[in-house]
Amino acid sequence: MSSYVARKANAEPRWVRLSLTGIGLGFLFFFLALPLVAVFAEAFSGGWGAYLEALQHPEALSAIALTVLIAVVVLPFNIAFGVAAAWAIARFDFRGKSLLITLIDLPFAVSPVVVGLVSLLIFGAQGVFGPWLAAHGIKIVFALPGMILVTLFITFPFVARELIPLMQAQGRDEEEAAVSLGASGWQMFFRVTLPNIKWGLLYGVILANARAMGEFGAVSVVSGHIRGETNTLPLYVEIIYNEYNAIGAFGAASVLALLALVTLVAKTLVEWRMRQETEMLEAGLPPEKTS
Amino acid sequence: MKRVLPGFGLSLGFTLVYLSLLILLPLSGLVFKASTLSFEQFWSIATGERALAAYRVTFGASLLAALINAFFGLVVAWVLVRYPFPGKRFVDSLVDLPFALPTSVAGITLATLYAGNGWIGRHLEPLGLKVAFTPLGIVVALTFISLPFVVRTLQPVIEDIEPEIEEAAASLGASRFQTFFRVLLPGIFPALLTGFTLAFSRAIGEYGSVIFIAGNMPLISEITPLLIISKLEQYDVVGATALACVMLAISFVLLLAVNALQWWSANRHQSRRTGA
Amino acid sequence: MSRLLRQLFLSVVAAGAVAVSPAFAQASLLNVSYDVARDFYKDYNPLFQKHWKAKSGESVELKQSHAGSSKQVRAVADGLEADVVTMNQASDVDFLVEKGLVAKDYAKKFPTNASPYTSTMVFIVRKGNPKGLKDWSDLAKPGVQVILPHPKNTGNGRYSYLAAWGYALKQPGGSDKTAQEFVGKLLKNAPLFASGGRDATTTFMQRKIGDVLVSFESEAELIAKEFGKGGFDVVYPSLSILTEFPVAIVEKTVDKKGTRKQAQAYLEYLWSKDGQENAAQNYLRPRDAEVLKKYAAQFPAIKTFSVDEVFGGWSKAFPAHFKDGGTFDQIYLAK
Repeated sequence: MSSYVARKANAEPRWVRLSLTGIGLGFLFFFLALPLVAVFAEAFSGGWGAYLEALQHPEALSAIALTVLIAVVVLPFNIAFGVAAAWAIARFDFRGKSLLITLIDLPFAVSPVVVGLVSLLIFGAQGVFGPWLAAHGIKIVFALPGMILVTLFITFPFVARELIPLMQAQGRDEEEAAVSLGASGWQMFFRVTLPNIKWGLLYGVILANARAMGEFGAVSVVSGHIRGETNTLPLYVEIIYNEYNAIGAFGAASVLALLALVTLVAKTLVEWRMRQETEMLEAGLPPEKTS
Repeated sequence: MKRVLPGFGLSLGFTLVYLSLLILLPLSGLVFKASTLSFEQFWSIATGERALAAYRVTFGASLLAALINAFFGLVVAWVLVRYPFPGKRFVDSLVDLPFALPTSVAGITLATLYAGNGWIGRHLEPLGLKVAFTPLGIVVALTFISLPFVVRTLQPVIEDIEPEIEEAAASLGASRFQTFFRVLLPGIFPALLTGFTLAFSRAIGEYGSVIFIAGNMPLISEITPLLIISKLEQYDVVGATALACVMLAISFVLLLAVNALQWWSANRHQSRRTGA
Repeated sequence: MSRLLRQLFLSVVAAGAVAVSPAFAQASLLNVSYDVARDFYKDYNPLFQKHWKAKSGESVELKQSHAGSSKQVRAVADGLEADVVTMNQASDVDFLVEKGLVAKDYAKKFPTNASPYTSTMVFIVRKGNPKGLKDWSDLAKPGVQVILPHPKNTGNGRYSYLAAWGYALKQPGGSDKTAQEFVGKLLKNAPLFASGGRDATTTFMQRKIGDVLVSFESEAELIAKEFGKGGFDVVYPSLSILTEFPVAIVEKTVDKKGTRKQAQAYLEYLWSKDGQENAAQNYLRPRDAEVLKKYAAQFPAIKTFSVDEVFGGWSKAFPAHFKDGGTFDQIYLAK
C-alpha cells in the first residue's frame, strides 16, 4: 500500500491530500469516533472494577458465548455462498443477472423484525411447518437453529456483494490464462482467484461477522429471551439497559465493539503472512508483478 | 472463446439453491400470508395516511443517508488506501463498528450525542439545528448504521487499481483531476454504486437505532418498520405482513433499477476499455 | 483471564447442549415475563425454590425470559414453551386466551384478579417542581413539555394514556368527547414519543428534555438507583390508574410437560407473606393489607381507578383507543 505514496505521477498535490484526509477523518470523527467514545465513557462511568464485574456476570458470559457460536456457524455458509455467487456473476454472462443480484441484495432491505416474523410464519407453532415440527419434537424457533437461520438471512449478501464488484473490476484475463496453461479448476481457484480476491473476501467476512454478532431485531423475535440460554449479547444489552443497568449494558456493547475490532488483528495477520510469502518468493523466484 | 472458465454450472446452481431455500422460500411465506387479505383491505392498509407519510420518511431519509455515505465513503476509502497518516490502521478497523454495535446502543448513543445537551447537539442547537427527535435524527442514525458499506466495497477496488493506468494518463498530459474523473472514477463507479445501493437498502429496513432518535411522532417522524411493529403490538400479523410486502416490492423495484443501471455502466466501461 | 476463557468455553458447550437436549432432568419452569420484572423474580425465585423444597422435597429449576410484554406473549403463541406468564397488562394475557393457551377464567384462578401486586402512574418532575405540576390538568397546559413512551406501541405508554383519559372522564361534565380533547392537548405537549419506559427516562433524566415524565411508581426507585435521588421529585396526581400485573398458567405447556402442580404453586406463592414482602421491597404495591401497612411510608395513599371500572376491561379499551383508527389515531389524523 505504501508503494503508492512513492510514485510521484500518482500523487495529488499536498493541499488536496491534506484536505481529503481532513474531510474523511472529520466525517469518521463525528460519525464513528464520538459514538464509540460515548459508549466506552458510559461503560466505564462506574470505574474499571464495575466494568469487569458487569462482564463476568454468568448471563453476560453465556450471551458472549452464544453470540460467538452463532457467528462461527453462520460464516462458513455465507462464505461458500458468497464465493460461488460472485464467481457465477462476475465471470459469466447469462440472462437475468441483474435480477439475481437484486435478489441477493434484498435481505438488506427487509426489516430485521420482518425477518423474524417470517421465520415464525414458517416454523412457529401457528406457522406452516409448526405443527409438524412440534409433533416430531424438533425445536427451531426459540432455540439455537432459529437464531442461526435468521442470522444467515441477515448476513446473506455481505461476502457476495463485496466480491462481485471487485471481481468485475479485475476481469477474467488471469484466470483464463491459468486455464489455458492447463490448470485445473480448483488449482486456478486457489492459485489465481483466491489470492486476487483475498482483501475483498476478508472485508466481506469481517462485515458479515460484525453484523452477525450485532444483530438484534431478527434474533430478538426468534430467541425467546431465556436468560442464560437464548440471549445473545445484543439482546442482553437491551434487557439490562431496560433494567436500569447502564454500565452493564454499555459494557456488553463495548465488548461487541471490541469483537468488531478483530479487523485489526485479521488484517495485520494477513498482511504479515503476505509479506513473508513475498520475501520467500523474492529469495527464490523472479518477482511476480504485483497488482 | 465462450466460457473458457470452469465452474459455471456448479457455482450458479449452488447460488440458486441456497438463495431459494434461505431467501425466496421465507419471503414467499410473507407474501402468502399477506395474500389472505382482500385487495381492498390490503390497499387501505398500504395507502393509509400514516403509511404514506412513513414511506416518505423512510425512503427520503434512507436516500439522504446513502448519498452522504456515498460521498464521504469515497473520500474515506480513498484516504485509507492512498494516504499515510498516523493511526491509520486503527481508523481503518473502526469502520466496521456500526455493524457490531447493537442497533439499540447506536440509537441511544446517537440520541444522547445529538440531544440539546449532548456533545454534538449543544453546538448545533444554538445554530437552530435540531437533530435528535426530528427527521434529521433519522438521517443521522441511518448514516451511522450503513456507513461501512461504501467504504468497504470501494477499498479493495481502489487497492486494485493498477498504477500504470494513472502513470499512462499522467504521461499523456492529463492533470490529476482529469485522471481521477476520466480514468479512475469510471473504474470504481460500479463499486461505488454497489456501496450506495447496499447502504440504501440497509437503511430502509432499519428499526432498532432509529426509534431511539426519531421521536416517533405520527405523520412526522414515524418510519415504516415502526408501523409494522405497531401492527404486531395490536396482534395484527396479517396487517404487518401487508406493510412488509409493500416495502419489499418498492425495495425490489428500486434495487433492480440500480443494478440494471450498474450492469449497463459496467458494460459501457468495459466496451470502452476494450474498444479504446 | 484464563478463568474467563474457561467459563466462556463451558457456556459454549452448555449452549450447544441445551440446543440438542430437550429432555429435562428435574422439574423445570419457564416464566415468560415483561422486561422490568427481572429484579422482582430474581429475588422471588430463590424464595419459592426454598419453599417448594421444604413443602414437597422436590427441587425445581426456574428459568426466566424477559422482554417487551406483547412481544413475549406473541412468542408464547408461536411456540415458546412457557409454563407461566407474568405480564403487565391484561390485554396480553387475553391474547393467549384467544389462542387457547390460557384458561378463559384465568383472572378467577388466583386471588385479586390474578394480579399479585399493583402499581400506578405518577409524575417525575425536576427537583423542586419549578413548573408547579400537581395534576393531570397541569400537563395539558400550554408551555409544559411531557415525556412519555409511545402511547400506542408500549405498555406504559398505554397506561399513561388511559390514566389521563380516565382523569378527564371523572372531572365534572366529563365525557368521552372532553376526554379525547384533553388527551389531545396533553399529547400536543409531548415533543417526542419514547420507544419504551427506559428510553423515556433517559430522555428526561440524562438529555434533560421535558418538564415531566409520566412513569410507573415502581420505576421511580429504579430511576433513583441509576441517576441518584437528588435530581427529581415524585408527584402523585389527585387520581391515577391502577396498573395490574396479571399472571396465568399456560395450560398447553403444563399439560405437555406435566408441570401443572409446580406452576400452580409457583404462582400461588406470589400471594404468600414472603411473596408480598418481596413485591413491596421492589416498590410494587402488595395486595396483602398487612404488608402494605408495614411499607406504608413507601406507598403514599392515592386514589386510583382500574381499567375494568372505567373502560370495561382491556378487551374494550384496547380496540377503542390503540387499534388502528382508535382514539389515538383520531387525535393525530383528524387535524
